[in-house]
Amino acid sequence: MKLLYFAWLRTRIGHAEEQTTLPAHVRDVSGLLEWLRGRGPAYAEALRDLSVVRVAVNQDYVGGDHPIRDADEVAIFPPVTGG
Amino acid sequence: MIRVQREDFDIGAELDKLAAGDRSVGGVASFVGLVRDVIGPGGGPDSVSALTLEHYPGMTERKLAEIEAEANRRWPLSASLIVHRYGRLEPGDRIVLVATASPHREAALAACHFLIDWLKTDAPFWKSEETPKGERWVAARAEDEDAKRRWRG
Repeated sequence: MKLLYFAWLRTRIGHAEEQTTLPAHVRDVSGLLEWLRGRGPAYAEALRDLSVVRVAVNQDYVGGDHPIRDADEVAIFPPVTGG
Repeated sequence: MIRVQREDFDIGAELDKLAAGDRSVGGVASFVGLVRDVIGPGGGPDSVSALTLEHYPGMTERKLAEIEAEANRRWPLSASLIVHRYGRLEPGDRIVLVATASPHREAALAACHFLIDWLKTDAPFWKSEETPKGERWVAARAEDEDAKRRWRG
């Protein structure tokens, strides 16, 4: 799976992009965020408050129950502030 | 039309182009967003000397195209344009241009307002400000979500 991070999630996690293979038990967005939090203190800190975390799967906004597969592009970022 | 670019844009030229060649256009509405220094000249610990706009290439264009298509579904527009910049900008610099052309002013004005409200909550851009205290990421405003909600229905 291709994972992308933007804005302060990118700076707190420490990289903009990574390629990862999902464990079999991770089936949806909530499961992915939970699994990422267990990957180390930087992930745990960045993903501590999910009320300020947005997720897009294949460039569309999705909720926690959205299913994910290894072939997906998943982006994790804070609420947007453009315009 | 959607453009995401580092370069500045010429407002007059863009507005002229939008209505050029279509004699059914009765009005062009536009909104221009600028980099704002919340404190103003003279400074202060929170004054903004510059900001950097980051975006999600691919999704940005996709969301802007969706927003534009939705505006065209709701109002009879002859043409529409969204130009959004990214990269490092300074106070006074132009960030975004939204423009709409229609036979009648009501559609042009309403669609322009709708586009900027939706863009602010849906297009994946993030601002980081440079201040005397260091860099800080701009937090999303609840008012922006409220502004978008107005257009439901």
